[in-house]
Amino acid sequence: MTAVLKPSGDNSKLTETLPERKISRLERFLGPENYRILRGLIKTPASILGFTLIGLFILVAIFAPVIAPPVGKDAYKIPRDGFSSEPLPPGSAWEKKVPELPFWYKALTGNDEWVHLLGTAQGQYDIFYGLVWGTRTAFRTGFIVVVATFLIGVIIGSVSAYFGGLVDNIIMRIVDIFMTLPFILAALIAAAVLTPVIGKTLVPSILALITFGWMGYARIVRGDILSVKERDYILAARVVGVKDSRILFRHILPNAIFPTLVLASLGIGDVVLSFAALSFLGIGTEIGYADWGQILSFARNWITSLQTYWYIVVFPGLTLVLFVMGWNLVGDALRDVLDPRMRGKS
Amino acid sequence: MTVNTSEVLVRVENLVMHFPIYRGIIKRQVGAVHAVDGVSFNIYKGETLGLVGESGCGKSTTGRAILQLYKPTAGDVYFKDQNLVELRREPMRLMRREMQMIFQDPYASLNPRMTVRDIIGEPLMAFGLASGKEIDRRVDELLDLVRLSRDFSGRYPHEFSGGQRQRIGIARALALNPSFIVCDEPISALDVSIQAQVVNLLEDLQKEFNLTYLFIAHDLSMVRHISDRVAVMYLGVIMELADRNDLYTDPLHPYTQALLSAIPVPDPVFSEKRQRTVLEGDVPSPVNPPSGCRFRTRCPIAETICAEKVPEWREVRPNHFVACHKV
Repeated sequence: MTAVLKPSGDNSKLTETLPERKISRLERFLGPENYRILRGLIKTPASILGFTLIGLFILVAIFAPVIAPPVGKDAYKIPRDGFSSEPLPPGSAWEKKVPELPFWYKALTGNDEWVHLLGTAQGQYDIFYGLVWGTRTAFRTGFIVVVATFLIGVIIGSVSAYFGGLVDNIIMRIVDIFMTLPFILAALIAAAVLTPVIGKTLVPSILALITFGWMGYARIVRGDILSVKERDYILAARVVGVKDSRILFRHILPNAIFPTLVLASLGIGDVVLSFAALSFLGIGTEIGYADWGQILSFARNWITSLQTYWYIVVFPGLTLVLFVMGWNLVGDALRDVLDPRMRGKS
Repeated sequence: MTVNTSEVLVRVENLVMHFPIYRGIIKRQVGAVHAVDGVSFNIYKGETLGLVGESGCGKSTTGRAILQLYKPTAGDVYFKDQNLVELRREPMRLMRREMQMIFQDPYASLNPRMTVRDIIGEPLMAFGLASGKEIDRRVDELLDLVRLSRDFSGRYPHEFSGGQRQRIGIARALALNPSFIVCDEPISALDVSIQAQVVNLLEDLQKEFNLTYLFIAHDLSMVRHISDRVAVMYLGVIMELADRNDLYTDPLHPYTQALLSAIPVPDPVFSEKRQRTVLEGDVPSPVNPPSGCRFRTRCPIAETICAEKVPEWREVRPNHFVACHKV
């Protein structure tokens, strides 16, 4: 016989209160969860830098017609100052077919002679115009490819996780096969094959990057759904009679999708980088189309004398680096905020 | 509490739950985990049946199989004379209004991306019992019931302590006015001081709504406090089932005796005097359970017959069932 341990506890004391907390209007509007994410995002210096960079690029993309007024019908065609092959240094004056002078230039410098702000590349393509309008190209390709690969990946990954068994096995082996292909080489070949069919536009490269870029998302979504599926709160939802479709969309996906979302935000930088690599290798748009990789590719013949013509590599290269870095910093910040273990710490 | 023994609410008959083990590329079944191996008992209306045993003995699996969260390998579960095992998906979903569950881990059983209001209101929405403002009103009522402040309804689970979360889970279970609740170790993840609060809350709610509990736990003192009858499980089989006082004062099965002697006593004098049965070795693997009596490998009084024959489930005294050759 053992002594009886009578539990003691006073039920009147159960009504505890959490410490009073002032709730701002913004928090009320966004809801606590979104507010917490927002607050986390603008907290660390790295994420602020990332958002500033991306913000600047967005501004450049939106105000491209003001920053660099288009010449001719097609704004994406980089204006040329003659056809000589030797690049001109930054600050050299426009000689032929001088484009419209942007209003900010006169206001800032007091000068009404339009110059090649960042110099020209081989063939007298103006680097400044190319970089400004290339920002739009970068956002366009980045978003199209990331959204498409994200959707394809999430759908394929969810199907795989939902049906499981043989379907899962087959799909995941297909993913494995795609993963074994060297990404840039495969995309290069696909884009090269597609170009004669579709024409020299952005489309072949975009299709090629989508074709070989969705597997990461599929794998991560599948893994996260499989792990979330086994959590107690999914079981709890079944116990209270929630229907299967609602369990999938209300309980499983919202808890499983966030790592993939972070991956996607990191992916924009990568896609733009790969796209530039394809352009650099000569796949994709017509010569003279405003696209960062293309401008870099003009430097190919001048690699041995870059000490003289540094500007044909430094400016487009720096733009690319800042763009990719911005997205990576944003992605890192997102990951920190969305990680459930970070909850309640901000 | 007196139990009306005439009315059976839940009748479990020979419940078997095996989890198959697959190996190799072609996923050949190479064996099965015998989580629950032929369990039968009744739960009477308004009572609390305690289910105790070591971890891994199949307590939780039994609770989940009763609620049809696992499809039982064999056996029947009758709820108000309706065999749940035969029900298809949708009729079973509708039956869930009557039977609910409280989970062990209050940190894992609440969706971290839903507010308290959405969590508690979800069962109402699932059955279309309320909408809009009506849900708010009902959620407030339920929060009152589990003694949480109504101001909490807009908050997220991570803002609460373990005890508070467990009460959110209880409120969710109560939302549909069930008659039967499986409490799957509802207190073992909580601090001792909070345990008492939650147990008392469960008792108050039982009185108020005439609830029937299957209370799964491994804390013997707590089970003794809350249960009317207690079943002792070992390796997927129930070893002994009796009224609470009967079982605790006069345990018949050697396993029950060993378990009870392991309860720490806050009295050093008594503690030294009492005779303790200390079990040796580990629980055998449920993949390959011992022949005959499951407990024979660790039983201090086992004989040859224990290895040869599965002991019969007998009522040795009124309302006192034991499965042991030596009793």
